[in-house]
Amino acid sequence: MLAEKYHEQIQATLARYPADQKRSAVMPLLYMAQSEYGYITKEAMEEVAAILEIEPTQVASVVGFYTLYYDHQGGKHRVQVCTDLPCALRGADKFADDLCKKFGVKLGETTKDGMFTIEAVMCVAACDTAPVFQVQNKDGIAYHENQTVESAAKVMEELKAK
Amino acid sequence: MEHIVLRHRDIPGLDQLDLYLANGGFEAFKKVVTSMRPEEVIDIVKASGLRGRGGAGFPTGVKWSFLTKNRPAYYVVCNSDESEPGTFKDREIMEKNPLQLLEGIMIAAYAARANTAYNYMRGEFWPVAAALDTKIAELRVRGFLGNNIFGIDYSLDVHLHLGAGAYICGEESALLESIEGKLGQPRLKPPFPADKGLYGMPTVVNNTETLANVPLIIERGADWYKSLGVPNSAGTKVMCLSGHVNKPGNYELPFGVTLRKLIYECGGGVPGDKKVKAVMLSGASSVVLHTTEDILDMALDYDSVAAKGAMLGSASVIVMDETVDMAWLTLKTTRFFKHESCGKCTPCREGTYWMLHVLERINKNEVTRADVDLLNNVASQIAGKCLCPLGEFAVTPVLSSLKTFRADFDAHAKDGAKPRPAAAAKPAPKKAEAVAGD
Repeated sequence: MLAEKYHEQIQATLARYPADQKRSAVMPLLYMAQSEYGYITKEAMEEVAAILEIEPTQVASVVGFYTLYYDHQGGKHRVQVCTDLPCALRGADKFADDLCKKFGVKLGETTKDGMFTIEAVMCVAACDTAPVFQVQNKDGIAYHENQTVESAAKVMEELKAK
Repeated sequence: MEHIVLRHRDIPGLDQLDLYLANGGFEAFKKVVTSMRPEEVIDIVKASGLRGRGGAGFPTGVKWSFLTKNRPAYYVVCNSDESEPGTFKDREIMEKNPLQLLEGIMIAAYAARANTAYNYMRGEFWPVAAALDTKIAELRVRGFLGNNIFGIDYSLDVHLHLGAGAYICGEESALLESIEGKLGQPRLKPPFPADKGLYGMPTVVNNTETLANVPLIIERGADWYKSLGVPNSAGTKVMCLSGHVNKPGNYELPFGVTLRKLIYECGGGVPGDKKVKAVMLSGASSVVLHTTEDILDMALDYDSVAAKGAMLGSASVIVMDETVDMAWLTLKTTRFFKHESCGKCTPCREGTYWMLHVLERINKNEVTRADVDLLNNVASQIAGKCLCPLGEFAVTPVLSSLKTFRADFDAHAKDGAKPRPAAAAKPAPKKAEAVAGD
């Protein structure tokens, strides 16, 4: 249970907001839940709702609205390639396609071993260093910039070996 | 030229507190807290001519002066949601010059009589937030944050709030909803945040770059700041240069430099010496500007750009060379805005969906010229009919491209003059030489 395991961390998070505005902590707590369970389970939504004294549907709506929260299992590491306009002008579409080919998946799919979901995402504010991807996993989010398919594959092999 | 916002480029290691202090860090904050009334701080910022760097260009000091008086609490919120395709300046500021930003937030908080300030960062900035959090902790330890700062009856704390991947949260009222733990959907205005903002209290929301300017304005004065730039566009602007240029990156320049200088001197020109076909000056939401010699000589300041029917906005300059097909470009921008529409207003939610469908068919050459007219029609029905600017942003590249580059769209039509190969068969543009700008 999050409430017991992360008691201190939850209290510190709540302290950032006015005492009567507990609901404000829903986003940090959802990150905590996602990190703990791999994705945000129905039970996790209920846990977060109980901590914040709000309805589970209010938590669920936040999970559904924001793209960095997942209500289903994906790869252990989500490899998220930006293919928006500035990146695409620097070859990001081809980069994403080639990376998918190398790992035998289509964009949005997960590798057979469950390690990686390769997906296209919206702008990540790194337009000058495209092709760029971020890796989202239980440790958070990390950027990898100025990438080639080879350098990306190396990053992914290292993640796999961890 | 000396950097103001990107001062870490002149003083390496400026993110370290001791070095920052050795370079006059927190002197401006100390000066305002110990010797000035909030109104005096607002007057200096007003007089400096500083305008909002997030895109709207609203005078910062004027915004601060709008706060409703005599309320139980006030808030300052820094908008570091930075999600516009083509914009990547706030990330550099937070990574490399975090203390100057924090000092700017703290001065704004004092001017607004706020005891709590939040920095709202997009969720993707996770590692940046972790680093910034340690800086804030250091400031608490050194007594720059906390109770009775400098022995004066003033207390202040700064907290970070991470978003989770929603462009709309860059809109200030959606951002406030998001901090309150709700869906990031814009509020009806009025009331404006200066009256009823975060938790219903008067709130100042300013962009990261805007606030990073404030410490030096206090330290050196309004006249110094106005001496940089041009009338009505005071100071410097961090210009984010991306797309078809040899040296993409952030370039902090005084307002008024020409587009030609930015692309060819700073950016090192276009790969393969190709011609520039078009630029977008404020990211994916801007007018697609046909780049004639006249446009290349345009000064990059608020008024000069407006005179050409475009907006300087956040100065996120995306360069397109002569090979770019505007039907493909608008497919890219429309896919973005369709994904990011928050769903609150029907014209934006449904309109971006239908624009995307038509554009996908156009790019597959499955259309006649009547479908291109349909695209124009759908886009025109979104314009002017939404609560927040996102709907407007979505149609701006589409309508401006259709107006200036209609031939690019018609070329995909079965009854068009010159059919072109399907977009999927087009070779991807060559990867430009990857050199970080400085």
